[in-house]
Order: sequence, then structure tokens, then C-alpha cells
Amino acid sequence: MKAAIDLKDVAFTWQGRTRFTLTVPHLSVASGEKLFLLGQSGSGKSTLLSLICGIIQPQRGAVVVDGVNLSTLRPSARDRLRAERIGVIFQMFNLLPYASPLENILLQLSFAPERRRRLGHAQEEALRLTAALGLEDQLVLNAQTTELSIGQQQRVAAARALIGRPKLIIADEPTSSLDANSQVAFLDLLMAQAEEVGATLLMVSHDARLARHFDRTLDLTDIATTKRHTS
Amino acid sequence: MILLRLALKSLLSRAVTVSLTIFAIALSVALFLGVEKLRTGAKASFADTISGTDLIVGARSGGVQLLLYSVFRVGNATNNVTWQSYQDIANRPEVEWSVPLSLGDSHKGFRVLGTTPEFFERYKYRGGRSVSFADGVAFSDLFDAVVGADVAAALGYQLDDQIVVSHGVASFTEHDDKPFQISGALEKTGTPVDRTVFVSLEAIEAIHIDWQGGGRAQNTISADDVRQMQLTPKAVTAAMIGTNTRLQIFGLQRWINEYAQEPLLAILPGVALSELWSLIGVAESALVAVSVMVVITALLGMAAMIFSGLNERRREMALLRAIGARPWTIMLLLTTEAALMSLTAVALGMGLLYTGLWGARARIDAAFGLYIEITPPSPREWLVLGGVILAGILVSLLPAIRAYFLSLADGMQVKH
Repeated sequence: MKAAIDLKDVAFTWQGRTRFTLTVPHLSVASGEKLFLLGQSGSGKSTLLSLICGIIQPQRGAVVVDGVNLSTLRPSARDRLRAERIGVIFQMFNLLPYASPLENILLQLSFAPERRRRLGHAQEEALRLTAALGLEDQLVLNAQTTELSIGQQQRVAAARALIGRPKLIIADEPTSSLDANSQVAFLDLLMAQAEEVGATLLMVSHDARLARHFDRTLDLTDIATTKRHTS
Repeated sequence: MILLRLALKSLLSRAVTVSLTIFAIALSVALFLGVEKLRTGAKASFADTISGTDLIVGARSGGVQLLLYSVFRVGNATNNVTWQSYQDIANRPEVEWSVPLSLGDSHKGFRVLGTTPEFFERYKYRGGRSVSFADGVAFSDLFDAVVGADVAAALGYQLDDQIVVSHGVASFTEHDDKPFQISGALEKTGTPVDRTVFVSLEAIEAIHIDWQGGGRAQNTISADDVRQMQLTPKAVTAAMIGTNTRLQIFGLQRWINEYAQEPLLAILPGVALSELWSLIGVAESALVAVSVMVVITALLGMAAMIFSGLNERRREMALLRAIGARPWTIMLLLTTEAALMSLTAVALGMGLLYTGLWGARARIDAAFGLYIEITPPSPREWLVLGGVILAGILVSLLPAIRAYFLSLADGMQVKH
């Protein structure tokens, strides 16, 4: 079975006032695996996720997602691959405040025609997902996005990440804005849905207590090294 | 399509700043179009100051000068036309009608024009409109006077009021021994007629009959005595001529210009008017330039608004990138927003202009004699409106390009 994510000998340097280099000798995530990546803020996790999503390009090494080496793609093809095969959930500010919850979910599909084609009726699928994630239809259809609680917003974001059966779900501290009870509930729902759509789940968090829900746990400091140098 | 929806929703979510920006552009567009309408209206009104007159004849000077003093009552004639010459011209077979004009005196700052009652039939403006009486009738008695609308309004004259004509244009000598009585007042025309006091040609002769050189003679002649005298003028200042057919105009013009007994000049009013307008045209261009700058200012305001919104929208752009939007798409989103704003502003500006025109047209006509036609935008104006939208899009490219690079640099998460 091919790996969902495969990084070999990757190095990336942010060119800025403070240069910051992330090096990942090796990282492999099996297809369908639920991997917990433990990382404190500043450990380079956002950089790692940006590399996997193909938003930034490593200066060295290869990032292979779902069998495709991202370095061989043109920027527009990388954006397309991200839209089609990856669903992303952030800690917060997951949604466009001026679009409705439903529009936020469907927006993902407008960048991913293949995901759109996989669905019969997009709105029905969106409502099915939000219902499975514990949101009432009325809320998804009629509420203003800004009226939703953070927990509700995270569920809408999860539905957006899951819609159209992407290969990979990337979650960057998705539960950190939630209280302890909601955290577990949210994780359970997210995992169940990821399993149902057959997606690989890569979650990054600083909260080691969440690790027990996952198939495998890695500490970011074990797989990656970071170096800060003021030039 | 989704972009258009997003752009629309994003704009609606910032209703206050967006509508203020749109309103600023709309006002500038309305101003620009208004200036265009006024400009073409003023030009048309100006060109229509006198119509129906084929030639204006005066002593030889410049065409514009002759037009200025005979029609606009600005400046003075350097010379007169002798009555004999005037008669020679008036009796030409090509001439259908002629109206002599005798200028030189004034009344409280308004010019006094000695002419014949035929003037009120022959003088046409704004494409053939005739002068009409608001009150009373044309002069019939020797000491009757007709006042233009501005004169009546400024000096508060009623029918049968007595007025005294001053000698010359700016002098303290009054023809107070021979007062006039107002027999009629004219409707507003928006032409120099409004600022003129009309008396008969004979009356001009009568009030000057006991004058010699620049002053009053020793033995004066009373107003009653003068009625018994021969009052044929010795000279007139200018004359309006109408020919039988338009084909004869140039032949008659040549004949007058080559008249051997006296150096004369005959001009076509339309030609002289356009010469004069080309002198005024500088102010016209200045007006257009100012309104163009106002439009540019409003568009720059929009660019500034988009720029200032960029920082708080970085998260939004990073999010769009994360779910698969290309940097190009984000640029397009900002440009679409600007295009929507410009389009709305242009439509609103046109609405403002036409409601304004519709509401103010009658008042502008009454106050300034400026008749503004309410017509759909001219091809030139459509071009300008399209240009405003295009300029709005171009101006928004600056913040859009910045957004492009920001979204590339920020990656998935905005760094703090």
C-alpha cells in the first residue's frame, strides 16, 4: 500500500528577517493511518504542514503526497492537488465570516471539481456530514457564520475538510480552542468521519493527552530539526 | 461565478466603508457627467445666442469684436456705419429684412439699444425661438422703452415706470431732460437681450439732437419740441441682415466687404460665435480637467480602502489558499470586488445625475438661461463611464498584486 505522505531528506528555509530552517530527514504516513504529531508552537509544525500541502516548496528533498512528488508539479497543479486531495482544519478562523456555513463547506468543492463530481448532491452531502458531526440543519442553512460558537465553527470546518472524500485530512490544533469535553467529542466525530470516507488523518497538537485516540504518535522534535539564525 | 458571489458577499459584509467608497465615486462620476452636460449645454446655448440672422454688418474691425459689441453688448464699436451705407445695404435685392442697431448709451449699467420694433420679430435664439413679451408691448411712442428680463428683475421695473438714459457707457451725464416710459418687458431668454434696454432708433437720435461733440449744447431742445423734428439717424452701429435665400449670403457678404464708400465688415454670426467659443474653450478644458481629477481622486480612495483592508483580510486569503485557491484567484477576487464597486458607482452616479438634471433643469434655465437637454449619455460619455470602471479595475490591481504576494508569503497560516 502506498504511503499517504512521504518526506525524504527535506529542508526548507524561510527567507525573512529571521531565517528559520526546518529539516525533516524522513516522515512517512501510511494510507488510512491516524497519526498524532506532538509539537509545541515554534517547533516548525506550520512549516511542515505548509510543505505537505504544497503551499511552500522545500529547497531540498522530496515531498510525496498520495504518490505524487509535489516538486514535479507546477504551482497551479499543486494548488489543484491540495484542493482535490486534502482537507484542512485550523485552530481558528476556519471560515469566511461573510459566507454562510453551507457556503463555506461548498466553497471547497468549487476549487475541487473531482471532489464535486464524486458527490451526487453536494448540499445533501454537506448536511449529512454536518448532521453526523452533530450540527442541526437549520444552523447550517440559516445561521450567520459569525453567530456560530467556536465549537460549531470547528464542526463546519471539519465538514468542509471531509466533503467529497479527500485522501488526506490535515488538522492543525483543531481542538485547542475547545474546552476539554468538546475536545474529545469533536475528535471522536472527526475520526469516525475520516474513517468513513477512508481518509488519512494527520493532526498536529501540543496537547499530549489527545495522543491516545490515534494509531500512532510522533514527537515533532524526533523527526524534524529546526534552526533559527539571524543573518 | 463563485468568485462573483464571494466578492458580493464580502462587499456586503463591509457595507459602511464600501458604500461610502461607492458613493464617493458615484458623486465624482455625477460631477463629471454634470460638467459634460453643462459644457455641451453652455456651448449649445452660446451657439444659439443668435440664429435666423444671416449677416451682421458693422464698421470694419475684427469679426469677434463686431460680434461682441453687436450681439453680446461687450466693448464698443470703433466706428459707425453711416445711414447712407445702411440704406444701400438694406435696399440690396438679396436683402429680405434688416434691423439697424444703435449702441452707445446705457442705463444703470445695462446697455441701451436703439433699433426698430422689427428687432423683436427678427431676433431668434436657441434654434429659432422668438423673443416674447412677459408684459406690455414693443415701443410705439418716441419715448417708449422695452426692458429685458434681467433689467426688469434687477431694477424692479414695472410697466409705465419712468427711466432716464445715461450718455455713454460709463458716465455721469444723464439724458434727464428726455425720460422714457417702459412700454414692455421681455421674457427671459438666456441671451444678452435680457440685459438690454430697447428704445427706438429715433429716440437715440432725439436724446442726442441737442448734443455736440461730447457735451450738451447751449440751447437745448425740449422733449416736446423734438417730436416735431426730423429724426432720421445719421449713423447706426451695426445691423442684422436676413437674405432671401441662404445661397445669397456669401455674395452679399462679399459685396458689403468690398463696399467702396466706407470700410465695412459683414460676418456670419455662426462662424464668429465658434471663433469666440474657441477662445472660451480654455475654461472649458479646465473644467473637464478638474472633474477628471475628482474622478481619479475617488478611484484612488477606493484603492486606499482596498489596501487598508488587506491586512485584516490576510487570514481570509490564507484560508482560501489552504482550501485550494490559487494566488491568482485571490487577486481576481479583489479585482472583482473593485469592478463591482466601480460598476455600482457608475450606475449610481448616472442615477444621481439624471435625477439632479430632471429636478434642476427648469431652475437652471430660469436662473442662467442655460437649457440642458436630458439625453442619454453620448458615445463619448459612455466611453468615459467604461473608462471609470476600467480605471477602477486597474487601480485595484495595486492592492491585488500585493495580496498575491502576501498570500504566497503567508502560506497556510498568517504569521504573527
